[in-house]
Amino acid sequence: MAAADTVPVGQGVRSRAERGRAMVSYVVLVIGSISFLVPFFWMVTTSVKDDAQIYTFPVEWIPRPAMWENYARLFEQAPMWIYLRNTVILTVCGVLFSLIGSSIAAYAFARLRFPGRDVMFFIMLATIMIPNWATLIPTYILFGKLGWLDTYLPILLPALFATPFNTFLLRQFFLSIPQELEDAAKVDGASTLRCFLQIVIPMSRSALMIVGLFAFLYYWNDFLGPLIYLSSDNKFPISLGIMNFAGQQVQDFALMMCAATVAIAPCVLLFFVAQRWFMQGVVITGVKG
Amino acid sequence: MARREAITGLLWVQAWFIGFVLFTLGPIVAAAYLSFTEWNGVGSPRWIGLGNYAELLTDDPLFWQSLKVTGVFALLYLPLSLLIGFGMALLMNQRLRGVSVFRTIYYLPSVLSGVAVAVLWGFVFHRDYGVLNYFLSWFGIDPVPWLQDPHWVIPALVIMQLWGIGGSVIIYLGGLQGIPTELYEVARIDGAGWWATLRTVTLPMMSPVIFFQLVLGVIATLQIFTQAYVLTGGGPDYASFFYAINIYQRAFVELRLGYACALSVVLALIIIAITGIIFKTSRSWVYYAGEKENS
Repeated sequence: MAAADTVPVGQGVRSRAERGRAMVSYVVLVIGSISFLVPFFWMVTTSVKDDAQIYTFPVEWIPRPAMWENYARLFEQAPMWIYLRNTVILTVCGVLFSLIGSSIAAYAFARLRFPGRDVMFFIMLATIMIPNWATLIPTYILFGKLGWLDTYLPILLPALFATPFNTFLLRQFFLSIPQELEDAAKVDGASTLRCFLQIVIPMSRSALMIVGLFAFLYYWNDFLGPLIYLSSDNKFPISLGIMNFAGQQVQDFALMMCAATVAIAPCVLLFFVAQRWFMQGVVITGVKG
Repeated sequence: MARREAITGLLWVQAWFIGFVLFTLGPIVAAAYLSFTEWNGVGSPRWIGLGNYAELLTDDPLFWQSLKVTGVFALLYLPLSLLIGFGMALLMNQRLRGVSVFRTIYYLPSVLSGVAVAVLWGFVFHRDYGVLNYFLSWFGIDPVPWLQDPHWVIPALVIMQLWGIGGSVIIYLGGLQGIPTELYEVARIDGAGWWATLRTVTLPMMSPVIFFQLVLGVIATLQIFTQAYVLTGGGPDYASFFYAINIYQRAFVELRLGYACALSVVLALIIIAITGIIFKTSRSWVYYAGEKENS
C-alpha cells in the first residue's frame, strides 16, 4: 500500500548504464502513456466535430471551430436526462446496498463466533469461481415469476447481499482494528450492533470508501442487468440508453462520441477525486488476497 | 453467553447467506435441473434427459465456434496482459521522476468499462476515419478493417481489453514494492545481473500475485460479453461470437431456456476445471515465503 514514488534499489550514485536504462524506460513509458490517452482525446475531439471535420484525412486533431452544440443536439435527440437520472438512482442505491450488506457480513466473519463460520467464509470465496452466466437464467425466471421484470428490483435486490470481494476486503480491514476497543465497550454493556455502528464503521472509512467506489463503477456501467430486465425506454440507464441510441444513429459519430463522453465523464471525475482510494483498493484485493 | 453470541453471528451472516441461497446456490441447482429439459418459459419444462448436452456436443457448430472464439481470445489476451502489465510495472518500479503521473495515466482507463468504452473504441477502430488506422498509415500500412474482417476482430477486441490493463499494473507494482530490498542486496553481492535477479528474486516473490491475477483473469475473460455484444454483436460471420453471447442469444432471443442452461452449466464446469488445474500446478511455481510474508 505504501505507494512510494521512488524505490531504493540500492543507494549510491547512478552509473551510466543506470542512466541509460532510465532513459529507455522513460521513452517506453511516455509512448505507452500517449497511446493510453489517445482514445480519450479522440473521443472528446470527435464529439465536437461536424461531419466535414470527421470525414477528413489526415486527422484534424483540434477541431476548429469546436461544435459544442453537438452536446445540445444529443440532449435534444435522446432522453439523456432521463437516462442520467435512472443511472444515478441505480448507482446510489447500488452503492448504499453494497455497503450495508457487505459490511454486515464482513463483521460477522471478522468478529462474531458462530458454528460453521469458517466453512461459510470458504464457500463464499469459492463462489468467485461461479460465473454469473451460470445463475443468470434461473434468477431471471425467478424475478419473472415475481412479476418484477421491467423494474429495478432484480438489479438492486441482489445488491443488498454481501459479495465475496467486498466482504473479503472489509473483513481484512475489520480484523486490523484492535479488538480491545470493542471488548471495553462490551464491558460497558454495548450491544453487538452498537459496537459495529459506533466503533468499527467509523474506523473503517477508507475501506468503506473503497468498496463504495468500486460499487459506483459497477452500477454506473452495468449493462447486462438492465439489458435483460428492463424493457421500457424511460427506465433505461445510460449504458442501455446509449446502446439503443447507437442502434438508430450508426452514422452520426459525433453524437455517439458525445454520448460516450457524457457516460464516461463522471467516472473520470470520480477517479481524479478519489484516486488514492482506488489504488489502495486494487492493491489490497490484488496483492494481499 | 456463547449460545447468544452464536445466534447473533448466525443472524448477521444472513447478509451473505440469504443472498447465497437465493442468487447463487438455488439458481445453480435450478440451472442444472433445467439443463435436462426443454422449456421456452411458458408452461412447464419438459424433461429430455441428456438431449441438450447431446445436441450441444454433436449438433451445434455455434457451440464449438463460441468456445473457439472465447478460447482464442483468452489465449491471446491473458499472456499479453501478464507480459505487458508486468513489464510496465517493472519499468515503473525504478528510481524515476514522475512515476505517479504514469501510474495515473495507465490506471485511468481501467476504471472505465461497459457500453461507452465499446462505443468509443468502435470509432477508434473505424476503417476509414478511425485514429488507429491513421497511425498505421504513418508506417505505410493500409487501412485494416478491424471490425469487418473475421481475422481482425479478435485482435481488435484484445487491443481494446488491454487498454484496461492498468489495474493489473498497479497490483504488480504494489507487489514489486513489497519485495524486501535485502533480497536485491544479496543478489547484487552475489553478482547477479538484471536477468538473473528477475529470475531468482523478483519472479518467485511475485508468483503469488501473478497466480491470483491469472485465476481472476481466466474467470473474467471466459465470461466476456458487453464489449463484443456492443461492438460487433458477435460478428462478422460469428468471428466474435463469444460464449456468453451464445448463452444470451439462446436464452433471451430464442427463448430456449433449457438449452441455454446446459450452455451455462458447461461454462461453469470449464471455469472450475481450469481454476482447479491452475491451483494444482501452482504448487510447483508459486512461492510462499513462509511466515515472514503478509504483515
